[in-house]
Amino acid sequence: MTGVSDDVREFVSQQYQYGFSTDLDTDVVPKGLNEDVIRLISAKKHEPDWLLEWRLRAYRYWITLEEPHWQNVHYGPIDYQDIIYYAAPKPKPELASLDEVDPELRTMFDKLGISLAEQERLSGVAVDAIVDSVSVATTFKQKLADVGVIFCSFSEAVQNHPELVRPYLGSVVPYRDNYFATLNSAVFTDGSFCFIPKGVHCPMELSTYFRINAADTGQFERTLIVAEEGADVSYLEGCTAPMRDNNQLHAAVVELVALEGARIKYSTVQNWYPGDAEGRGGIYNFVTKRGKCAGANSRISWTQVETGSAITWKYPGVILQGDNSVGEFYSVALTANHQQADTGTKMIHIGKNTHSTIVSKAISAGHGQNTYRGLVKTLRSAEGARNHTRCDSLLLGSDSGAHTFPYIEVKHPSAQVEHEASTSKISEDQLFYCRQRGISEEDAVSMIVNGFCREVFKELPMEFAVEAQRLLSVSLEGSVG
Amino acid sequence: MMLQIENLHAQIGENEILRGVNLEVAAGEVHAIMGPNGSGKSTLANVLAGHEAYDITGTVLFEGEDLLALSPEDRAAAGVFLAFQHPVEIPGVGNLYFLRTALNSVRRQRGLGELDVMGFLALARERMKLVEMDESFMSRSVNEDFSGGEKKRNEILQMTVLEPKLAILDETDSGLDIDALRIVAGGVNALRGPDRALVVITHHQRLLDYIVPDQVHVMAGGRIVRSGDKHLALELEAHGYADLGQEVASDRSASVGATP
Ligand SMILES: Nc1ncnc2c1ncn2[C@@H]1O[C@H](COP(=O)(O)OP(=O)(O)OP(=O)(O)O)[C@@H](O)[C@H]1O
Ligand SMILES: [Mg+2]
Repeated sequence: MTGVSDDVREFVSQQYQYGFSTDLDTDVVPKGLNEDVIRLISAKKHEPDWLLEWRLRAYRYWITLEEPHWQNVHYGPIDYQDIIYYAAPKPKPELASLDEVDPELRTMFDKLGISLAEQERLSGVAVDAIVDSVSVATTFKQKLADVGVIFCSFSEAVQNHPELVRPYLGSVVPYRDNYFATLNSAVFTDGSFCFIPKGVHCPMELSTYFRINAADTGQFERTLIVAEEGADVSYLEGCTAPMRDNNQLHAAVVELVALEGARIKYSTVQNWYPGDAEGRGGIYNFVTKRGKCAGANSRISWTQVETGSAITWKYPGVILQGDNSVGEFYSVALTANHQQADTGTKMIHIGKNTHSTIVSKAISAGHGQNTYRGLVKTLRSAEGARNHTRCDSLLLGSDSGAHTFPYIEVKHPSAQVEHEASTSKISEDQLFYCRQRGISEEDAVSMIVNGFCREVFKELPMEFAVEAQRLLSVSLEGSVG
Repeated sequence: MMLQIENLHAQIGENEILRGVNLEVAAGEVHAIMGPNGSGKSTLANVLAGHEAYDITGTVLFEGEDLLALSPEDRAAAGVFLAFQHPVEIPGVGNLYFLRTALNSVRRQRGLGELDVMGFLALARERMKLVEMDESFMSRSVNEDFSGGEKKRNEILQMTVLEPKLAILDETDSGLDIDALRIVAGGVNALRGPDRALVVITHHQRLLDYIVPDQVHVMAGGRIVRSGDKHLALELEAHGYADLGQEVASDRSASVGATP
């Protein structure tokens, strides 16, 4: 019999459509890592001494560490001396308007489908576009400034708002957190900074497109979002990377801080180059993302759609410190070809009556391996804490795999932790039903998979949800037949 | 002739389920197929719709073309529709979205333009009214948590939207209350016409009061063992399959014996 479960042996990759590289005049620091490189990065960015000191402390700690290998992914050794730690497009004179942005750069954004002009005119989405390590264009600043929202590159924030950066930097992800976070703390080059003052509802979705451009550039961004008391913000992150033969390291850090009654919603659609059908090339995505519900009644939600990267290793988590605070994690992870993902979340309940919800949807096709690894921890102080976790896996083809590792630590007797998990194959009856109604097998697979993910997609802002569905369909192309 | 089935055999592994089916259905006709449980009625329907689980020999011509050579989706585009005995649930896929995707796929294949959202909505609303289906079902996932009868009604809604040439209804009447039966029959009759044909699989003569067949066939042991006009259904209702004589009885035990 030739149903999909037997049929889907090979997942034939869709040509990666963002695989082009732009010839920008790039300012690079020589390969390799040592204290001088860190001092050079810091000097190029005119950083204050406290930041250089912080970087150096991180570096000195990092050289004492061993690369971790406990995660359920496999990759060749990374030579940290063979990485360029800083590459910036050559600075242009101050830009008076968007029209002055490098035309090459504009073209690149157009290819990516993000026209800044369009964005500015039509969409009401503020875009902070990051090419390699330096933020080159920021739109909507004025409108945001009117309500007191600060949205700029990390470097700018360090220059213009050091009093806001310094107390929060490393307050959620300390530089000693883990190997890759420590490395990032030492060498991070840029990223985004958002500050939403007390009581302000950010008037638009904030959006950043990260992009890795120069060859052999490890990218180490650092993002910090602070929502003061009663503030509210939704932040969108989208990523693409051009096609390269060498695996590229990506070790970002994202820190979110929500004070009393604040809400932060952080959405990611990630489709970095996953490598070709044999598993060559592609991005190593080792990211530390964490939010802290520092105040009572605050809420942090992570929503992620991961379809790219050769290897993904990330656990966006929430520290639920304030009483009655809420942490949410909604995730769709698709692995195809030889992609590997080890992802999940960490919910740390500290405050009373803290609630967390975890919904993870994993889709594995071809030789894809998908691992959910989640930690739910309720401390002794977390009276009345509650967690609900659902992990569903969908397998396409017999060479793919799904693995679930839930870790639960309960220190308070009143805490309630529930875990549900399911693994299913795409059903032949469902496929036949769709095909009998005239829907092609490929469209049927994509429709069923999208249906499987709906619970997560509905958490995404509208335009992102549409993009996520499109991406999923593209990534699934050729997965049947 | 719209549908010509000749010496059709279908098996799964060693289990031969269809054992030489012959049947001809002309445009404009309604044929009923009755027969004991496990006699192969649903298998025949599945084979006609293109289910890939079976090893098949014999010929099936649809409007003179080799139906067995087509993929399920191409058969749908050619105008074959199967109302399933057990419609599947598709979690997370909206009913209305599913219907529009299906209609536009079929329209594309048939060389008609796709219907835009407004055009589709107008059509869907009209057909929902025909089968008296509440709009609230449209925003729910395909068949998910529908009652048995609601699933059947949804099949008929899909049929009236897709407007097939040949519709095969596999026990669409099972599990329907009296009102629903009347409504479903109304939907089916609205589709009848000189260019269309219907094959109605049922266990109940009752349905045939609403959808009056031109011919009634009895299937047993993977074959059609008897054919007649609508009176045959009444006869079966009164006397059961035992009265059909030795042939049915022996075929029936053969079929049961072959069941794993
Ligand atoms: N996938 C399968 N594998 C093995 N045997 C099967 C399979 N599908 C059907 N059969 C067998 O084929 C025979 C005919 O089944 P079918 O569903 O066609 O019967 P039916 O006439 O529709 O019965 P009912 O009136 O109960 O719906 C049964 O004995 C059944 O067990
Ligand atoms: Mg049946």
